[in-house]
Amino acid sequence: MTKSYEEINEKIRAGKAVVMTAEQVSEMARTMSAKEILSKVDVVTTATFGAMCSSGAFLNFGHANPPIRMERIELNGVPVSGGLAAVDTFVGATDCNVQNPTYGGAHIIQDLIDGKEVTLEAWGKGTDCYPRKHIRTHISLDTINEAILMNPRNAYQNYNVALNTSDRTLYTYMGTLLPHMKNASYSSAGELSPLLNDPECRTIGLGTKIFLCGAQGYVVWNGTQFNCSKPLNENGVPMGNARTLALMGEMREMSSEFIRGAYFEKYGVTMYVGVGVPIPLLDEDLAHRVSIRNSQIDTFIEDYGHECELIGQVNYEQLRSGEFEFRGRKIHTAPLSSLYKARRIAGILKQWIEQGRFELTAPVRPMPAGTSLKGLKEI
Amino acid sequence: MIKKVVVTFPADTASQPLIYELIKKYDIKVSIIKADIDANGGKLVLELDSDSEHIAQSVQFMKDSGVDVSPLEKKISYDDTRCISCGACTSACPSGALSIGAPDWKLKFQPDRCVVCKLCIVSCPLKLFRIEFAE
Repeated sequence: MTKSYEEINEKIRAGKAVVMTAEQVSEMARTMSAKEILSKVDVVTTATFGAMCSSGAFLNFGHANPPIRMERIELNGVPVSGGLAAVDTFVGATDCNVQNPTYGGAHIIQDLIDGKEVTLEAWGKGTDCYPRKHIRTHISLDTINEAILMNPRNAYQNYNVALNTSDRTLYTYMGTLLPHMKNASYSSAGELSPLLNDPECRTIGLGTKIFLCGAQGYVVWNGTQFNCSKPLNENGVPMGNARTLALMGEMREMSSEFIRGAYFEKYGVTMYVGVGVPIPLLDEDLAHRVSIRNSQIDTFIEDYGHECELIGQVNYEQLRSGEFEFRGRKIHTAPLSSLYKARRIAGILKQWIEQGRFELTAPVRPMPAGTSLKGLKEI
Repeated sequence: MIKKVVVTFPADTASQPLIYELIKKYDIKVSIIKADIDANGGKLVLELDSDSEHIAQSVQFMKDSGVDVSPLEKKISYDDTRCISCGACTSACPSGALSIGAPDWKLKFQPDRCVVCKLCIVSCPLKLFRIEFAE
């Protein structure tokens, strides 16, 4: 038995599609075969709500009279890119002003989504076609032209677990890592995570429509650092940081319930981004893939205290239990991404599809195969 | 029972042997979680372990001695309307006062377990924790 996108979309339009979250279908799989799941379920919703520094927003401010070629731009005192035409910018989530490092690009993006006014100040050298040299004004999503959220890299397929064997506390993007392995933090949504339910990206490609921070967004490219060469565990799941997705969506349709500016102590600004990806059950192989459970998903343990060495492995059932045994000790575990929010997102996406408000799109181009990751050499 | 309290000293009471009295007169097992007192007064965070009657009497005694005593849970708070339940604070919390897990994976805070290490303040990516007596 197989199903096509068109067959599934027809069911969605008729309000007859059977949609389950990835957690629900993993539970079903305890008593049902992939074949039975395929015959019962049409779409599985996956989601994640984690910190992703590789995020930002394209904004177009519109032209003043007389016009200015903005070459240096600040939003609420935070320097943002001046390298994008006269009145465009890219606000990087991690942009910040060193004088006030706890507020940055991610917070500006959240403020705009919350409907707040943001102070724009820009300088240019003045040209014959853009004579103005300075402008100071207030902007909001109501006053500017385009406001597009863009994540060059998001929804990591698995991620290493962080711990610290050194004797001092480390403040990292994986949170506070206490000395002597007193804690370990993990950031994947495990069996609910998008790319762990379709590990070879059979249905996730360019043009896949998704839930992005409350809006209907799209997968627009493979994410940066897209890595197909991570080792697979016995269940075919890549271990550690593997594939990623590049995502885009309209900021005006987003809600700060699903996107948040954040600051990690002594590290910097980052952004929590909520993503939901539907996976159509086209065949038995996909039904089998979405049945994956936390106990079947392994990841590497990375020692942030000693040059990020990989020192072991653990599965998500162990991580979710709150502790795991390693080197003869019980290590306290905690998540860094919100499963509570990820479940909300998977539930909302399920509802959208059930109500016929969200149809599925087949990829217009598949994700790359055979990629690996290059390092950076010093000269 | 165990009760955690924040004791605030005005300058003129700072020299009283308060802890001695708590132990001797009221039979309280006292743990000093935090102390910041000088000639100008200051704050103490105490864990009082005894039966409820003795604890109540000891709290009354401290109040009669001119110091302010208030339950710890009133002094530590986080903005749960903005909390995203990411769990970052639970990773750093050494006492288990902050926890997250099945079935709902929403952040839970049990003030009676808090030892006021303040790691949650630095570990919360949304900066939602407030401790009133924090420096």
